Amino acid sequence: MTGLWSDRKRLWLMLGYAAAAAALFAAPLYLSDFRLNLLAKFLAFAIVALGLDLLWGYTGVLSLGHGVFFGLGAYAMGMHLKLAASGGRLPDFMDWSGLTNLPWFWQPFKSFPAAVLLGLLIPSLLALFLGFFTFRNRIKGVYFTILTQALVIIVTTLFIGQQAYTGGTNGLTGFTKLLNHPLRSDGMKIALYLSTVIALIVAYALCRYLTKSRMGKVLRAIRDGENRVRFLGYDPATYQMATFAVSGALAGLAGMLFVLHVGIISPSMMGIVPSIEMILWVAIGGRGTLVGALIGVLALNYAKSGLSEAYPEIWTIFLGALFIVVTVFLPGGIVDLIRKGTASVRKKTGRGNEHEPGAHPVLRGSNRSV
Amino acid sequence: MEMWITQLFNGLSVSSILLLIALGLSITFGLMGVINMAHGEFIMIGSYAAYLTQNAFKELPKSMFDTYFLVALPASFLVAFAVGYLLENLLIRHLYGRPLDSLLATWGVGLVLQQIARSIFGAPNVAVNSPSWLNGGLHVMDGIDLPYKRLFILALVSVCLAAMYVYINRSHSGRRMRAVMQNREMAACLGISTRRVDGMTFAIGSGIAGVAGCALTLIGPIGPNIGTYYIVDAFMVVVLGGVGKLVGTVLGALGIGVFNTMFEWWSTASLGKVFVFLCIVAFLQWKPKGLFAVRTRQLD
Repeated sequence: MTGLWSDRKRLWLMLGYAAAAAALFAAPLYLSDFRLNLLAKFLAFAIVALGLDLLWGYTGVLSLGHGVFFGLGAYAMGMHLKLAASGGRLPDFMDWSGLTNLPWFWQPFKSFPAAVLLGLLIPSLLALFLGFFTFRNRIKGVYFTILTQALVIIVTTLFIGQQAYTGGTNGLTGFTKLLNHPLRSDGMKIALYLSTVIALIVAYALCRYLTKSRMGKVLRAIRDGENRVRFLGYDPATYQMATFAVSGALAGLAGMLFVLHVGIISPSMMGIVPSIEMILWVAIGGRGTLVGALIGVLALNYAKSGLSEAYPEIWTIFLGALFIVVTVFLPGGIVDLIRKGTASVRKKTGRGNEHEPGAHPVLRGSNRSV
Repeated sequence: MEMWITQLFNGLSVSSILLLIALGLSITFGLMGVINMAHGEFIMIGSYAAYLTQNAFKELPKSMFDTYFLVALPASFLVAFAVGYLLENLLIRHLYGRPLDSLLATWGVGLVLQQIARSIFGAPNVAVNSPSWLNGGLHVMDGIDLPYKRLFILALVSVCLAAMYVYINRSHSGRRMRAVMQNREMAACLGISTRRVDGMTFAIGSGIAGVAGCALTLIGPIGPNIGTYYIVDAFMVVVLGGVGKLVGTVLGALGIGVFNTMFEWWSTASLGKVFVFLCIVAFLQWKPKGLFAVRTRQLD
């Protein structure tokens, strides 16, 4: 009976995935230009959320620094676009700041493949670097979180301070073309949207593969009892570093796509507030489930674009209240609500089993590693 | 030589404010396992309390105006204390022992408080006129003038620190606080109301942050997000110094404040921050739990 049930459940799940993918691919047919662009932006955010969920929901490591990785990816793409827009001349802001030559670290970004590669590599290498110096020494939990937050402050001050090399507070903007095609044409917009959908599906498949694999089991074990994992002969630091690096690369990918959709990147988009907002996406959707991260991104961003248009003044109060409500009353997020709802329905109709995989201890917040 | 002394003095003055802010953070973190991201907002509350006191004194005869600061200091402490007590009772007590969750929830609290301040006082910064007896500076020798304001802040911080030391180590309720910090269950068994201790501790930490806010009005204009400028640095002090130890917090604040000013002097402001961060990460390689860790044999 249970076997039959789980098979049926699996079938429904696959159908659901297929329907969601089909709806995403067909979106250009039924959405207006503005809505499509908005959706594309949110789907780019969804890629960061997947990476964060892998790190926080599965491994129990909370990073408040993902804005930096996102921003580094975004700047990599932005630098390429800026160079393409300047057409061989020096970018305008460098001219204003009195530079005469292109700085050496801008050179590789002239080629598109190199820019994409660096947009993935730089964030993940930075994550690896920070992870190497923290996880190996068992700096974890809150200490790690605070360090990542300091990283955000540092990178943003650095980017604002080095006006001549990064464009300062204004960031990079004024992009015109990508690979010799105009960036604002209809065809390009649809192509960019579709590539975001594909990137999201690939990222989702990767995360799903990781979490279903043996590595995923180790990650969850680290989350629930790091020292026990250590006693069993694993080295948690290696796993944490690897996850942090993958998560950083995903954030970089999301940043690259974000720049293509929005056409601007500035330090304010990688600061503390965006970094913490990213955490909220995962928290509100339900950490520890990949679908939860996706639901959280879409739900919160649509709510935000609606509410902040209607109440621009008090939107931040909503945001703050949401944080409080979710962490205190709803640690499992929307997914947990749905799970509980279907479980109670199933119980009433007399089907299904009582052994629902409920919230993990971490979700209930017994993360005691102070 | 003159430059060195001036820089050292500036560093000391930055340290002293960091110390005042980090004091509350370190205690609440050590005692309750709560990361209070809204701590910066208590600085803001203290600053605005000072601002309001100043406005009230403007109604009085002009000769009285200079004394406003002596009223503003306790007022800042009391207002921040009261808000802290309220917050602890409403929200924080649901989050004990869940540092990561408390971090997120209190960040939400911070957002709400900031927005409320923005709605009441407006988004632009407001200036507080410092009392005239704090204008000018102490002339030590050629090229070295130590501003009275900064000297006053140093003295204020020393007084706060001494009071804190006496409170924690000598007073009755301070002893209870230490007992709860060291072993909550045992303290509860011996009849200490840990709930009351928690509430008081959080409120005192908030009150000290309020005093820091009041001191900040001497240095520059104040705005709704004045707290966010200091909060991450204050957390670095806690991480560097070790949790829940007064000595650690003092040394951590001194280290970060002095090194920060020195590095900023040698390079630029943005690079200086990078150096400080790298130094802290390097230091944590050597002592992952900070300068002074509370020794424990506990494992998860």
